[in-house]
Amino acid sequence: MKGFPAAARRELSDTQMRANVGRATATIRAKRNVAIGELPDWEELRERGATIKDEALLDLGRQLERLEGAVVAAGGEVHWARDAAEANEIVVALARGAGARQVMKAKSLATDEIGLNDALAQSGIDALETDLAELIVQLGGDTQSHILVPAIHRNRVEIRDLFEAKLGERGLSTDPAELTAAARRYLRRRFLEIDVGISGANFAVAETGTVCVVESEGNARMCTTLPRTLITVMGIEKVIPRQEDLGTMLRLLARSATGERMSPYTSLWTGVTPGDGPQAFHLVLLDNGRTDVLADEVGRAALRCIRCSACLNVCPVYSRTGGKAYESTYPGPIGAILTPQLAGLREGQTLPWASSLCGACYEVCPVKIDIPSILVHLRGRVVRERGAGSSERLAMESLLKVFSTRRRYEAAQKVAKVAGRALSSGDRKVDASLPGLSAWTRQRDLPVPGESFRDWWRSRS
Amino acid sequence: MRVALFVTCLVDTISPSAGRATAEVLERLGHEVVFPEEQTCCGQMHANSGYASQAVTLARRFVKVFSDPAIEAIVSPSASCVGMVRDHYPRLAREVGDEELVKECEALAPRVEELSEFLTGRLGLVDVGARFPHRVTYHPTCHGLRGLRLGDGPLRLLRGVRDIELVELPDGATCCGFGGTFAVKNSDTSAAMLADKVRRVLDTGAEVCTAGDSSCLLQIGGALSRGRTGVRTMHLAEILASSG
Repeated sequence: MKGFPAAARRELSDTQMRANVGRATATIRAKRNVAIGELPDWEELRERGATIKDEALLDLGRQLERLEGAVVAAGGEVHWARDAAEANEIVVALARGAGARQVMKAKSLATDEIGLNDALAQSGIDALETDLAELIVQLGGDTQSHILVPAIHRNRVEIRDLFEAKLGERGLSTDPAELTAAARRYLRRRFLEIDVGISGANFAVAETGTVCVVESEGNARMCTTLPRTLITVMGIEKVIPRQEDLGTMLRLLARSATGERMSPYTSLWTGVTPGDGPQAFHLVLLDNGRTDVLADEVGRAALRCIRCSACLNVCPVYSRTGGKAYESTYPGPIGAILTPQLAGLREGQTLPWASSLCGACYEVCPVKIDIPSILVHLRGRVVRERGAGSSERLAMESLLKVFSTRRRYEAAQKVAKVAGRALSSGDRKVDASLPGLSAWTRQRDLPVPGESFRDWWRSRS
Repeated sequence: MRVALFVTCLVDTISPSAGRATAEVLERLGHEVVFPEEQTCCGQMHANSGYASQAVTLARRFVKVFSDPAIEAIVSPSASCVGMVRDHYPRLAREVGDEELVKECEALAPRVEELSEFLTGRLGLVDVGARFPHRVTYHPTCHGLRGLRLGDGPLRLLRGVRDIELVELPDGATCCGFGGTFAVKNSDTSAAMLADKVRRVLDTGAEVCTAGDSSCLLQIGGALSRGRTGVRTMHLAEILASSG
C-alpha cells in the first residue's frame, strides 16, 4: 500500500487529531451554513463566481498581460515564473537585493507549494510565518493540514505547550485570547525589525493591477504595509478581469471560508504609493503546472478554486483522515483534483481515488467546481496512462465480458453462489480471513449470495 | 402501467429481497411488472473507476435491453444506478463522440426512475398500503440525496407506513463510506466513515436501518452484523412491501 491509502492509515491512527479535526470542521460547517442561509441569491452568486473565473481562465494570457501592464503602470514590477525553481530563484534574488537576512510572510499557499521557505533558508534568509496557525506549524516543525486553518489538527493544550517550549513563555493558560497575545508579543517586535514582506494573493485585478489579500488577524496587513519591499507570489489563475468582480468573489469567499459576511481584513494595493507603505513592489506570476491544467477541458475547472476550504470542511474523507494524508499543500477534495493535475498525473497517483464520490464538496463549492466529475475524469486519465496489462485493467476487462452477455452473467452468478457457499462457515457470511476479500471483510461481514432475483422471478412465472 | 424493473446487478445477485419487494409493491399497486432478462450491469463501477469506454459498451447494451416502446416506465431500487443511466450515460456518450447514443440515452433518461420518485412523483402516492410495526431510521444515500435530489420523498413514503416508528438519523446526509471500489481501495478510511455512521444508527435505538440503495446497506449492514448489534438493514422497498 502506498500513496493516500497508506498515509490515511497512518493518520487515522492518531485519535487526538481525528477528534480535533472532527470538532473544528463541524464548527466551521455550522457557521458557514448560517452565513449562506442569509443570502437568498446564493445560487446566482455561485453561478456568477464560476462565470467570472471561467472568463479569466479562458482568456488567461491576455488577462495576465493586462495585469502586468497595470501593475507596472502603478510602479510595481512583474516577474514570470515557469515553475517552483524559477519562482524561488526570483524571490531569493529580490530578497538578497533588498539586503534581507529575514523576511516576514503573510499566509500563502503558493509559497508553500513552491517550498519557498526552504529555498530562502538555503540562501541564509530566515522566513518568519506571521499567520498564527502558520506560526504554530512553523514553531512545531510540523506540516499544514488545512488550506485555511493549517494547524486545525492541533488543540489549544498542544498549542500552549508549544508556545511555552518555543516562545519562552511561562504559565500560559489554554485560553485562546491569552495564547494569541503570546504570539502577538513574539511577532510585534519582528514586524518592526524586518524589511521585506512576502505574501500570496487571493485575487489580482487585471483592469487595475490591484492585488487583494483577505485574512482574519491583521498580520498579513502588517506584512504588506510595514516593510519597504513587498514581494507577492501568485498563481496565474488568481487573476480576475474587473475591479467590480471583487464584490462577487469576496462575498463568496468570506461566507464559504469562515462563515463571515466579510473577512475581518481585506487588503488591497495597487503598485507603489510614494510615502505610504512598501516603496518596492514585486509581483511574481507562478505557472508551476497551471497551464497544463488549463489544457484539460474537464480538469481545468479546478483552477476556479478560490481556496475557501468549504470542500474540506464538508468532506467525510478529509474530516476523518485530516489534511496530512493528502501529502500536499492542497488537501481535501480540491487537493485530490488539483495536486495530481499540477504534478502532471504521473503514475502512482492515488489522490483521484481518495473520495467516495459522495458529492458534498460540489454542493458547497462557491465557484461550482464539479469535483466528483473531475475525480472520475482524472481516474480515467491515470488508468489510460497506466496502459494495458495492469491487473486492474484485466479484471475490468473480464468483468465487462461477464456483463456483456446474459449467458456469461448468469453463469458468473452461479459461480458466486457456489463459491460463496464454499467459503462461508455455515452462517451465511463469507469467511473473513479470505485474502482477496479482506479489505472488505476485515471490518464488515459479507452476505453469501443465495437465490438470485432472476431465479426467483423465473420460479414464480 | 407497464413497468420494467431495472433491478441492478448488485440487487439481482447479492440483495435479491430488495428486487422482490420492488416487484411486489408495484404489482400490489396494480401495475404490470416486466423484467427484461437480458439486463446485467449498468456500468457504474467501470465508469467510476476510470474505464469510460467499457462503461459506454454497457450503456449501449442497456439502451438496447430497455428499448421496448411498450414499457411506460423503467423503475429501479437504486438511486446510484438510476443516476448512472440518467445523468452519466449522456455525458459518457458525448465523451466518446457517439451522437446516436447521446440521442438514445437522452430519450431513455426521463423514463428511468428510482422507486421512491416513481411512487411519490409519477404516481403521486405516499401511502402504498404497507404496515411495519418497528422502530426504523432512514439513511438518505449520497446518490439519492445529492445525485437524484430525491428530497423527502422516501421519508414521506415511510411516514405513510402504518404502525412504523420513524426516528431521525443524526448526520444522516454524511456518506456511509461505501463509494464502490472506494470501500476496498481506501478500506481504512471507508471503515472510519462507516464506524461513525453505525454509531449514529445505534444511537437512534432503531431496530432497522433503511435506505434506497442496497450498496450502502451492504456497507452499513456488514458492520452492524459484524458488531452483533442486532440491528438489521432493509431496503426501503422491503418496508413498503411489508404488510406487518
